[in-house]
Amino acid sequence: MTMPAIDRLLQHWQRWQQNRRAIWIVYAALVFVLATAPFLVGMSAGSAWVRILDFILLYVILALGLNIVVGYAGLLDLGYIAFYAVGAYFFGLLASPHFDIHLPFWVLLPLGAVVAAMFGMLLGAPTLKLRGDYLAIVTLGFGEIIRIFLTNLNAPVNITNGPQGLNMIDPIRFGGVSLSQTQSVFGFSTSGAYLYYYLFLALVLVVMFVAIRLQNSRIGRAWVAIREDEVAAEAMGINTRNIKLLAFAMGASFGGIGGGLYASFQGFISPESFTLSESITVLCMVVLGGMGNVAGVILGAVLLVVVPEVLRDAVRPLLGDSVDPNAVRMLLFGVALVAIMIFRPAGLLPSVRRQREFASDNEVLAQEQASLYDARR
Amino acid sequence: MTPGADTAKRPASAWVTVSGLCKHFGGLAALSDVSLTINEGEIYGLIGPNGAGKTTFFNVLTGLYTPDLGDLLLNGQSLAGLKPNEIVARGIARTFQNIRLFANMTALENVMVGRHVRTHAGVLGAVLRDRKTCAEERDIRERARGLLDYVGIGRHTHALAKHLPYGDQRRLEIARALATDPLLLALDEPAAGMNPSEAGKLQELLQSIRARGITILLIEHHVRLVMGVCDRVAVLDYGKKIAEGRPQDVRRDPTVIEAYLGGALGGAEPGDGAIA
Amino acid sequence: MEISAELPQHLVNGLVLGSIYALVALGYTMVYGILELINFAHGEITMMGAMVALAVITALVGEGSTVPGFVIVLVGLGVAVVICMALGFVIERVAYRPLRRAPRLAALITAIGISIIFQAAALLIWSSKPIKFPKILPEAQFELAGATISALQLAIVLLSFLLMAALWVLVQRTRIGRAMRATAQSPELAGLMGINPNYVISITFVLGAALAAVAGVMVAAYDTQADTYMGSLLGLKAFTAAVLGGIGNIAGAMVGGIVLGVVESLGAGYIGGLTGGFLGSHYKDVFAFFVLILVLVFRPTGLLGERVAERA
Repeated sequence: MTMPAIDRLLQHWQRWQQNRRAIWIVYAALVFVLATAPFLVGMSAGSAWVRILDFILLYVILALGLNIVVGYAGLLDLGYIAFYAVGAYFFGLLASPHFDIHLPFWVLLPLGAVVAAMFGMLLGAPTLKLRGDYLAIVTLGFGEIIRIFLTNLNAPVNITNGPQGLNMIDPIRFGGVSLSQTQSVFGFSTSGAYLYYYLFLALVLVVMFVAIRLQNSRIGRAWVAIREDEVAAEAMGINTRNIKLLAFAMGASFGGIGGGLYASFQGFISPESFTLSESITVLCMVVLGGMGNVAGVILGAVLLVVVPEVLRDAVRPLLGDSVDPNAVRMLLFGVALVAIMIFRPAGLLPSVRRQREFASDNEVLAQEQASLYDARR
Repeated sequence: MTPGADTAKRPASAWVTVSGLCKHFGGLAALSDVSLTINEGEIYGLIGPNGAGKTTFFNVLTGLYTPDLGDLLLNGQSLAGLKPNEIVARGIARTFQNIRLFANMTALENVMVGRHVRTHAGVLGAVLRDRKTCAEERDIRERARGLLDYVGIGRHTHALAKHLPYGDQRRLEIARALATDPLLLALDEPAAGMNPSEAGKLQELLQSIRARGITILLIEHHVRLVMGVCDRVAVLDYGKKIAEGRPQDVRRDPTVIEAYLGGALGGAEPGDGAIA
Repeated sequence: MEISAELPQHLVNGLVLGSIYALVALGYTMVYGILELINFAHGEITMMGAMVALAVITALVGEGSTVPGFVIVLVGLGVAVVICMALGFVIERVAYRPLRRAPRLAALITAIGISIIFQAAALLIWSSKPIKFPKILPEAQFELAGATISALQLAIVLLSFLLMAALWVLVQRTRIGRAMRATAQSPELAGLMGINPNYVISITFVLGAALAAVAGVMVAAYDTQADTYMGSLLGLKAFTAAVLGGIGNIAGAMVGGIVLGVVESLGAGYIGGLTGGFLGSHYKDVFAFFVLILVLVFRPTGLLGERVAERA
């Protein structure tokens, strides 16, 4: 089932896209908005919302990473936040008073991505032969294991500082300028959130670029083939093991970058930031936004950060203090997930391919007709 | 570009030796001491009643199953223990009895996936799109188009695989297998469900593929096709090989006739119906 | 020396824990056997059972009545079972049935969504503060082969085994049980034989939910409290138990549950000694995950499961 209203909107959008001048206007407007977003937001909604803007960008990076694993390769990873945690702790341990090591960000971010990628392959390796449901549970288990280790590796040797987490993590510095310092721009005072925005935006663009390039490549095709029919893919010469590990590694590396950025932005990290709930949130962003589609995933990330924040401000006066806004948010999340799966399972902005997969065709696959054993997807 | 264009570069002969192959599932002996030889450049048929173990043989040959006993040699090199994708790299490509296409990919994309094993672009290539990668992508696309035309479904290039008519889906599977530049093409019932004229065109296609230098191993029930196109056949029954030789000799073999329960192999053929 | 002294106690604790895991595992395995779906919401149903029962129990205790403790508990249990059965029925009807023909991913994500809804609903109803289990049950203790067993532990084990036996009889000896087994093999064929698969599937969910409710109350009694977060970890461990025994296999869920309980209990007891103090017993939650991973990598069909070969 599809929602006709959304489809009509998309049709209008597609027709409008044909108009060349319209395209340029839209892109120019987009560039302008992206370039001035923190100021636009700061002036209209307040500086707290600039921080939220930054978090949107962080989640976009995460969602794009998970999109590679879930959206491209079709591997349902429920423990993705573990790579975010690895990236964050890698940065935090090597750029804070904890061990008194202070490496610069241009070393730690790329290395963090690499370390996260290695974890991605490590955690992915046991799951390679597993079917969808089992894969989900095992990855969920891994996510929890990482969190439990982070919480408990503070005795007898204090590695991670346990539940207290890491404090006073170095902010990112360009030249002598620390991004967390308040600056003065044309007489307008900008907090650290403003500067970090531009760094995050740059990395979002890089990550988007990599994701799109991967999608339309030999590797991207191999991922789709594996998702469609893994046995056939292997029978056509694809080394499914390596290609799947590659998906885990690439996805994890994005998470690692996001983690490093988060650690320096927030200045403080603890295992409580990396819960199963967070993994599920990122998964929701990918699924609700539109699996496999970069634009859809970004939309999902934006919606799932903004809407709860808006609701929090809107709901509190309505329900009073006795109702936990977090619980309301979770409830709406869950309802949204179920509703989307029943009514629009490919997501709000699905990729063309995913739309085909979820469409209820009257044409039946020749495969499905043939045998009782086959095509159990 | 046409398939088999790499024939000139290929080493020696692509002959397959199977010796003493055994495969059990629980208590059931799917294959018992099967031995056969396929010569380079021939079209070799594997026939037998349903459940005789033909597809099991294919699955062992292509690495989906590991044999309990026995060996498989291609070109003198053992295929034992290799994974399916490694076997493709060695030069054996297959189609499936129940058609396993990538349903939501276009015909072109399906065949392009077949080129994966012979191409190399990795993550760096994908992201940087350097000259070598772009040239490789162009080549993949052209070869794929060529193969679609070659098997006769060029008009479906951008159609989704799941929307293709049944006969064209089978051809697409063949095109995809050809894209891997195989030495041996293993086809599992390519003519199933085809009418006489389609089967005739398939016969021409198979002969054309053989003319390019690719050896063909064929599982088929389709009598006329087997008689018309196979150089030699082997007959399996209950996992054992009961006959091997030229089609016209095998069809007169009393053991074979009995295996088909007195089926209409000899004398007048009842049209083009499947055996048994 | 130290090992053998503590061993019986660990075994007893493990048996108790394992019985609870087994009850919850049965729900997972029955649903998976019929629908090939991991019912993520099952752990939350267990939690709901515990919370509902405790709410009833604390309300009744507040009355200051002279009714014996275990009767109050039984009433609470009864209410919890009924409510959970209703919840199980509703989930299947509203969320899973429309997705029977959908790709696996959609059903899985829906299950996750349902589990989130349940947890959120519980948070809204009861907040995150734990509810304490009133001390109304007899606190007798027995000595057996070097271990101390409390009356509660004994009750848990006996009740669990009773329920498991009842389920076994139901599945193996009754008409509805035959229908369940047939539908698990192939819903289409069962349909052709005159069995209504929808009916059987509903029954499966309802039965599983009932067992989960009982398990939830047991956990609440054993931990002397229940809170809205207890469902996820318990659900995960119970699922591990189901996989360990062979998913889809009812006897497997029972065996898997007991084995997992014992392994966890032994592990928690000895891990300090084994790792020289590096890893403490708060790592015990990790055992279930490791067991799960080991099983899925080395013996994915579980202890009692059957090998399913993929035919090309």
